[in-house]
Amino acid sequence: MNLFGKRSYFSLDGNEDKKKNDRKRKRTEPSIPDGMWIKCNTCKNIIYKKEVTEYKLCPSCGAHFRMSPAERIAITCDEGSFSEFDADMSPKNPMRYPGYGEVIDNAKKKSGINEAVVTGRGKIGGYDTVLAIMDSHFMMGSMGSVVGEKITRAVEYATKSRLPIIIFTTSGGARMQEGIISLMQMAKVSAAVGRHNEEGLLYVTVLTDPTTGGVTASYAMLGDIILSEPKALIGFAGQRVIQATIHQKLPEGFQRAEFQMEHGFVDRIVNREDLKDELTIILKLHS
Amino acid sequence: MNDTMKKVGVARKIERPNTKEFIYEIFEDFLEFHGDRLYADDGAIVGGIANFEGMPVTVIGIQKGHDLDENVKCNFGQPNPEGYRKALRLMKQAEKFKRPVITFINTAGAYCGIGAEERGQGEAIARNLMEMSNLRTPIISIFIGEGGSGGALALAVADNVWMLENGMFSVLSPEGFASILWRDPSRVDEAAALMKMTAKDLMKDHVVDRIFYEPQEGLENNLNFTTEQIKTALRETLGGLKSMPTEELLEKRYTRFRQYGEFSE
Repeated sequence: MNLFGKRSYFSLDGNEDKKKNDRKRKRTEPSIPDGMWIKCNTCKNIIYKKEVTEYKLCPSCGAHFRMSPAERIAITCDEGSFSEFDADMSPKNPMRYPGYGEVIDNAKKKSGINEAVVTGRGKIGGYDTVLAIMDSHFMMGSMGSVVGEKITRAVEYATKSRLPIIIFTTSGGARMQEGIISLMQMAKVSAAVGRHNEEGLLYVTVLTDPTTGGVTASYAMLGDIILSEPKALIGFAGQRVIQATIHQKLPEGFQRAEFQMEHGFVDRIVNREDLKDELTIILKLHS
Repeated sequence: MNDTMKKVGVARKIERPNTKEFIYEIFEDFLEFHGDRLYADDGAIVGGIANFEGMPVTVIGIQKGHDLDENVKCNFGQPNPEGYRKALRLMKQAEKFKRPVITFINTAGAYCGIGAEERGQGEAIARNLMEMSNLRTPIISIFIGEGGSGGALALAVADNVWMLENGMFSVLSPEGFASILWRDPSRVDEAAALMKMTAKDLMKDHVVDRIFYEPQEGLENNLNFTTEQIKTALRETLGGLKSMPTEELLEKRYTRFRQYGEFSE
């Protein structure tokens, strides 16, 4: 099981030779028993898997590995308090993209869930809240009709029930295979968030690695309070696109959580182990 | 080159009339206002107040140039965050003075650069989407050329969305689609056909409500041919939208965007 998929999409050093050599070395060196040891893509250390707790942090450097919605719920919600909404919602093929059904089936198999977001209601530190948790393991958390609809319904439910909503974002952006309909989800969710906002209700976003494209340019950036996990990649344009536009090297730490906080777009960077406590305080102070 | 790519070519033509030319042709008394009151004035977005047959309106649009000098000033029609924030400032001003807002869209997309990211391109677009969905005055958006992704949508959360015959609106460019999804830029024609990005396709998907025809000799040679149709449409629509109770207007706008999506459950 690949719990620790790579944190970043692409190398910025452009050092193809080094990568090739790495690959070669991997093939010739004796292989590590599958599943016992993993390599942290941040510090590059080999770590013993049993040392990784339910928080999914690198025991060596503290890097925050990507996690699934089930894992997120386990460390965030009070035990047994989460009940899921719309678990069976599945995409159709609005653009008639060839092979979309197959792509979806593979993503389901790989991630073990039906779509790139899990929504529902639960308790955090005793406080009721609506939650939406995105999953980068499902087609890179891309937002198509189902992601848009599930989150919109969750926000509308929160508005109707006068509850806060917390969204954990991770996404590569709009799902291109659904064409213009995927772009429209940005407006749909933002409009729902707008109504929740008008009612004076609390909206918190927790940006996790990576949050980019159409999700950044819609609900991720609309939280009353925007938290982020350390070193999460957060931005609008992809780094390759920016490099292709400006033809210069991107600065160190560009578009990371720390960069976003420095530029005024994130309220707080919170270590995953402290996240439940901080969310509890936020919910308490708005209850 | 297939029909869709031909249309894309027309939409991108450097001679194609730009937002300011449409504004001068359709409205009177246009006064351009500058700046977002936060950081700068973005030449990629023009906006201000104008007179449409006696009705005060706010007009905002994405500006392209006809040559390199002009394009440097308007950043090739690719707005930075301060452009979207200027647009929002003018829309809030329109709301205060109960003026309808008319936006003109013509962009390959929001600018992708270091500064744009530093100043929160994502936040600027997101804010516009949310604020426009709840703006207490009518909004009409007209796609006059390219409509590239979130950078176009950020001015298009409207009560009516109209498009010129050779306009387009898509989640990304056909070139981007072919190279990202198929890793094969040569399949751009196939991508364009699949993406349903033309005015007619978008009308079927209920993204566009009305199409304006372009003259055979080319829009740049007879802009009046098309702006007369736009004027007629504005005449037919603005009064009705303006007299609609605000709550009903907002409910209809919400429902318009709420319906997008295809799924099974």
